[in-house]
Amino acid sequence: MPSLGADMAAGTLTRWDVKPGDHVNSGDTIGVVETDKANVEIEVFESGIVDRLIVQPGAKVPVGTPLALIRGEAEAPAKAPALVRASPMARRLAREYRLDLATIAGSGPHGVVERADVERVAKQAEVRPGPAAPVPPAAPAPQPPAPQPSEGAGMRRAIAAAMTRSNREIPHYYLETHIDFSNAQRALETINLRRSVKERLLPAALLFKAVATALAEVPELNGYWIDDEPHQSERINVGMAIALRQGGLVIPAIHDADAKSLDEIMEAMRDLITRARSGSMRSSDLVDSTITVTNLGDLGVESVYGIIYPPQLALVGFGKIVERPWAENGMIGIRPILSATLAADHRATDGHRGARFLSALERYILQVQPG
Amino acid sequence: MSTYREAVRAAIHEAMQSDERVFLMGEDVGRYGGYFAVSKGFIDEFGPERIRDTPLSESAYVGAGIGAALAGMRPIVEITTANFSLLALDQIVDNAASYLYMSGGQFNVPLVIRMGTGGARQMGAQHSHSLEGWYAHIPGLKILTPATLADARGMLATALADPDPVLIFEHGTLYNMEGELAPDAGAVDISSASIRRAGRDVSIITYGATLWKALAAAETLAQDGIEAEVIDLRSLRPLDERTIVESVKRTHRAAIVDEGWKSGSISAEICARIVEAAFYDLDAPIARVCSAEVPMPYAKQLEDAALPQAETIVATVRSLVSHAGG
Amino acid sequence: MLETPAVKHGLALLREMLLIRRFEERCAQSYAEQKIRGFLHLYVGEEAVGVGVMQTLVAEDVVISTYREHGHALARGIAPGPIMAEMYGKQEGCSHGRGGSMHIFDRATNFYGGNAIVGGGIPLALGFALAAQLRNRPAICCCFFGEGAVAEGEFHESMNLAALWKLPVLFVCENNYYAMGTRLDLSESVTDIHQKAASYGIASAFVDGMDVEAVEAAAQTAAASVREHHGPYFLECRTYRFHGHSTADPQLYRSKAEVEEWKKRDPIPMLIARLKSRGECNDDDIARLESEIAGIVRDAVAYADAGTLEPPETLTRFVYSEQPA
Repeated sequence: MPSLGADMAAGTLTRWDVKPGDHVNSGDTIGVVETDKANVEIEVFESGIVDRLIVQPGAKVPVGTPLALIRGEAEAPAKAPALVRASPMARRLAREYRLDLATIAGSGPHGVVERADVERVAKQAEVRPGPAAPVPPAAPAPQPPAPQPSEGAGMRRAIAAAMTRSNREIPHYYLETHIDFSNAQRALETINLRRSVKERLLPAALLFKAVATALAEVPELNGYWIDDEPHQSERINVGMAIALRQGGLVIPAIHDADAKSLDEIMEAMRDLITRARSGSMRSSDLVDSTITVTNLGDLGVESVYGIIYPPQLALVGFGKIVERPWAENGMIGIRPILSATLAADHRATDGHRGARFLSALERYILQVQPG
Repeated sequence: MSTYREAVRAAIHEAMQSDERVFLMGEDVGRYGGYFAVSKGFIDEFGPERIRDTPLSESAYVGAGIGAALAGMRPIVEITTANFSLLALDQIVDNAASYLYMSGGQFNVPLVIRMGTGGARQMGAQHSHSLEGWYAHIPGLKILTPATLADARGMLATALADPDPVLIFEHGTLYNMEGELAPDAGAVDISSASIRRAGRDVSIITYGATLWKALAAAETLAQDGIEAEVIDLRSLRPLDERTIVESVKRTHRAAIVDEGWKSGSISAEICARIVEAAFYDLDAPIARVCSAEVPMPYAKQLEDAALPQAETIVATVRSLVSHAGG
Repeated sequence: MLETPAVKHGLALLREMLLIRRFEERCAQSYAEQKIRGFLHLYVGEEAVGVGVMQTLVAEDVVISTYREHGHALARGIAPGPIMAEMYGKQEGCSHGRGGSMHIFDRATNFYGGNAIVGGGIPLALGFALAAQLRNRPAICCCFFGEGAVAEGEFHESMNLAALWKLPVLFVCENNYYAMGTRLDLSESVTDIHQKAASYGIASAFVDGMDVEAVEAAAQTAAASVREHHGPYFLECRTYRFHGHSTADPQLYRSKAEVEEWKKRDPIPMLIARLKSRGECNDDDIARLESEIAGIVRDAVAYADAGTLEPPETLTRFVYSEQPA
């Protein structure tokens, strides 16, 4: 059961789209999960053969519970696991700590797993019981979930919980810079002159690319804070905050934005916005942003001072582009000026790194060429 | 310093004095002074009408006690030992326990029956039964097993005030037991269990004479660092399920000590209740120490082997907790 | 008892017996209609015993009976409606629908059942008498039982105890010669039942249980003895039941001829004949009684039919008392 939301503790499997014996490829959707707020398609991350469907439709299980077993092409079908002998209390505790009983050595008669055995393993793993955010295979970041048209209240609650936690736990620092957007504007105009309206590049695409490029230079801002330490992510998946008409927010990722061209980023944006607005997000959209960008320029806001979405390390905010007086080479002119802000986790980086990031961001925007 | 016998005596005496509806009826309660010497001298004080010797007619005089209770008296019927109560079983089950229900709530039976119970004095198969658990199976009855002086002193008054039939089982080995009894010791409740010794490693659940064996076992276990919680049930019907379950939820291990024969005994009922209410708090199977399923033998070493002993309780609890590391 | 001034005592006795007879016949019909279930033991043929004995009891006296107790209950004054409703299993029945045919209880008339264990009620009677004795009250306890009960140990224990303690119990043995399917002479070494009581030192007698006036007279003597001498009395009433032991009984153990013989001594026609011969009643009186009783029985059935069923939610009420003693 993947984590599909900042405060998602459990989900209900509503449907399997595969059966044992089916061949699946990485990226195939194999079923649908319902959370408090949405129905989300779940994808498989490996290719192989469906060996066993563990959880049945209708079952509500905690995040992290294995839903199905996929075996490699060459593997033999898995045998049903031997029943672990454990006391009722040991079983309950293992469930609460999300430990696999099969991995715990039992010190009871005939190797029965008892409470003390589970407590011992839990202590070693420093696991705390209760609905703490687990670590599912793809190490996704908890995100505000995909929307359900009628259930804005649930989503708001989830967002509220996440924001409260972020504000409480993450020591934020804020940096702002003003960037001369005139070069970028000219580049965009040049590109878009030759294109139909449908194929136009929007400034946002350029901003996402700028963020991705800057992160390549300052990777300490790209990743997560987990278990009291920063984890840099290898991929740069820029999370795009999309407001929904019915209220609420969804933040799907533009994967590998550093490797994508502006056009590819634009296409990803269009696809995500369309699917976000129509309520057909997939789990792979929502689980692995490594940084979030919130672009409120369209709404007329000049600067954005946001709150980081945990467990990410940073949030980049863009305001609207405003014509302002600008001094350059001792002369005053009017330029389109963009406010860019960085909110960052002070446990992972300091102002120096943050400033380097904003500087790299600015450099990209100042130097981008239509080519 | 007082004895269990003195405590029972004092309880009956007080009841006789304070309520003229109370009278004591049974075999040898009057001129003999009571088989266990509990009512010695009472006949001189209260007269033969109210301290009433009966012929060996359990069915007739228990039935008469029921009839007198129906008529508004408060008889204390003494059946010398539970062994003889079997002769009055029809009266107890079909009349005393059933009248209120059968009559649609019209006729309650405010009767108290006291019986000696238990073995351990080489009295042989027909004089050593522990049937209180059996009686606890019958709806409509209340079953008490006073194990301490305070309970021997205080349960009778509450039982007499109860509108329904109450059976009090006094273990034969307890009458000579010495202890302190507060001078103002009075009526006690008759529906709750009592934690006689607090502990965190195991809940030992018992009643009656075996309470003292359990407490002795707890002392021995403490020397090994095993702290046993000892619960005195006091009432077998109703069972104080809440005290039992709360204790097991804390200790995660339970051992039940019951002088009845193991199969189908009250210990099996307690096991079931613990499993129903505290399954997910159990860290080990529930253990039972009961009488061997034999008619009680006469020879001492055989009788000792048949009955629950402190040593057996110690060994059983040790095997329960051996893997938890104390 | 009927209190219409115009009816002489003889007619009163007739009315009571007729009420029992028609009520019991209606019960048989209700049972066939499955309105009454379980056991049904009819008093048809034995009416003279219950009616005759009941004349001598007063309100403070206590009545204990057996599972064949409808006649006793009616003669004691319990209304027919609640008795029928009890057998219909309705909450409006005497015992709240909890007891059925064998467990009619009524506090208002000191009617303590309705006991289904043969001989099981006899020790209870001792207790009531003991309580009266200890409290120095004049009440007596009238205990009905069949001749089958004298084989039970409880009977003998109770005879002994009653005599020993001089308990004011009127023991009424309804000897109908058959303990379910076992004839008296096949189960008792001494078939003169009243002699057994005498052997315990209890004043005893026997009477023709088909003759209501004879029973009444014998009961007066018996009750007076109990009240005056403060001790038990044993009255054996020799009677016969015209139906089987219960509705389930195919009566393989006795001949139709024997039943027909006893029917010639049916207490009701016998009393009618005697009353007529004494000029105490005529056919119009009979017709009027029958009509009145038919109405009473009809009303009783209507009352029972209209009764309600106790909901299962209250199943566990009255296992223990709801108010303090």
